[in-house]
Amino acid sequence: MFSFIHGIDFSPLWISLRAATLATLVTFFFGLAAASFVSAYRGKFKGVIDGLLTLPLVLPPTVVGFLLLLILGRNGPLGKLLLALGMTVIFSWPATVIAASVVAFPLMYRTVRSAFEQIDPTLIYAARTLGVSEWKIFWKITIPLAWPGVAAGTVLAFARALGDFGATLMIGGNIPGETLTIPAAIFFAAEGGDMEKALLWVILIFIISLIVMTLMNYWSDYQRKTIIAGGRE
Amino acid sequence: MGLIVDIRKELAGFELKVNFETQGEVLGLLGASGSGKSITLRCIAGIESPDQGRIVLNGRVLFDSQKGINLPCQRRKVGYVFQNYALFPHLTVEENIGFGIGERKREDRQAIIKEMVTMIKLEGLEKRYPSQLSGGQQQRVALARALAAKPEALLLDEPFSALDDYLRNHMVKQLTETLAGYSGATLFVSHNIEEVYRVCQRLILLARGKIEGKGGTEEVFKAPSSLAAAQLTGCKNISPANYISPFKLEALAWGITLKTNIQLSRQVTHVGVRAHLIGAAAGEMKDNVVRCRLNSLSEGPSRISVYLAVEQDHWRQGSQLLEWEMTPQMWRAMKDQPQPWSLRIAPEDLIIF
Repeated sequence: MFSFIHGIDFSPLWISLRAATLATLVTFFFGLAAASFVSAYRGKFKGVIDGLLTLPLVLPPTVVGFLLLLILGRNGPLGKLLLALGMTVIFSWPATVIAASVVAFPLMYRTVRSAFEQIDPTLIYAARTLGVSEWKIFWKITIPLAWPGVAAGTVLAFARALGDFGATLMIGGNIPGETLTIPAAIFFAAEGGDMEKALLWVILIFIISLIVMTLMNYWSDYQRKTIIAGGRE
Repeated sequence: MGLIVDIRKELAGFELKVNFETQGEVLGLLGASGSGKSITLRCIAGIESPDQGRIVLNGRVLFDSQKGINLPCQRRKVGYVFQNYALFPHLTVEENIGFGIGERKREDRQAIIKEMVTMIKLEGLEKRYPSQLSGGQQQRVALARALAAKPEALLLDEPFSALDDYLRNHMVKQLTETLAGYSGATLFVSHNIEEVYRVCQRLILLARGKIEGKGGTEEVFKAPSSLAAAQLTGCKNISPANYISPFKLEALAWGITLKTNIQLSRQVTHVGVRAHLIGAAAGEMKDNVVRCRLNSLSEGPSRISVYLAVEQDHWRQGSQLLEWEMTPQMWRAMKDQPQPWSLRIAPEDLIIF
């Protein structure tokens, strides 16, 4: 019954996976950096900074996409700069990565930040009095202790990146083989009446999401048991 | 050389103002909780910053408000043992101890770890995680971790408070032995009189951010110089006092006159006597003998506190009970004696200020 599969263009799968993977990588590092900055920051702009960093989570994806268009478009500040370098981001595959990164970022940032803030500060003080650099403290103490939060944030970010529709469509469009992701493919297939094709994509994204979540859960459990929980019972 | 501290810091409700110097010995900071002891340690370690002042360790300026110097924790070389030990829960005993070792070469690091593990007598437990250790073992790991980083000064913040009584005495002895092998300045913060007396050669009394006494531990206990100091060193019986003659004063709370063996100043304000230094009077004694009746009793497993009403020379209002602390044997001998009991407060045991 799935003989129609032979006729299907699988490029949305690769485009989606590429966008989600790269976006997860980007948000991982930016999210850690933002989380450690904000949790260490004691100034009066904390609320504003946190608000700005969380904004992509609460704004409608189309609004995020629109703002990205303004910034990255031909007349936008960043768009002009890129154009001068001979690059157009809008309506090309990097647009899918950028859109997915921006919408996924707040989930990583928020989850990691609350994990950081739950670490007993005397552990950090203790490490400092031992003469250990802040860099080593971050990677050897903070990250391992916040590991469950970091893992959860990464999974959430990946899921959100994989699932983005609005923002990606706004700045990437729906160019098959270039920017057409699975969520967009589902929309356009269903809109065009091709329910079988839409269902195929739905099943596929369902399976991918489930596999990734499950793997992350087992991995995170394993990490917790071998590395962290040694000290936590 | 040594550690010089002279700092001020505004705290909630009072100002912390401490200045002291210490060399290689163990200096105790005794004070009630919230008296500023821990903050003092945190300022020395660089976890918090004083508002004003100077901290100098072996000639290196760690903090100087006038010159705008405030070294980060990492560059102070001040070891810190926290009240809850702050062991890294995800690292093993040897990883915890090795965390602050500066040596580059693996063999050198291993050698230091091995030496430390032997020092704290935890051979065989190197691969354990902190949660798999007892409280006393955790404390020793925290101490070894701090010493492995070769600090020039060592700060101990209530290191015994998380241990049960049974372990405590044993650990106090062990800590004293370990500290004897350490040559840097050591500060020991506690609110436990017993511990401080056993561990520290010199002592500072701290109450509401202010130093109420300092000197050799024995001297400080023998002659506290203020009400706060007397209370901090555990003196249970304190009374306002009036000068009568160079060797005689009146203890107003008990309405009795007492002879002293030191010459009194006319400005004398208080007299005190430690609860365990009161004794039953022998027949021929006349001076400083007070007649008391039993008022109430509080029995501990090893010590009994007896509260006595003093039969006064003449009526005074606001009379206060005298607390007498004794062993159960003493109590058995005492309890059937006819009252009032004649008790003696020896002139050499009086605390006068």
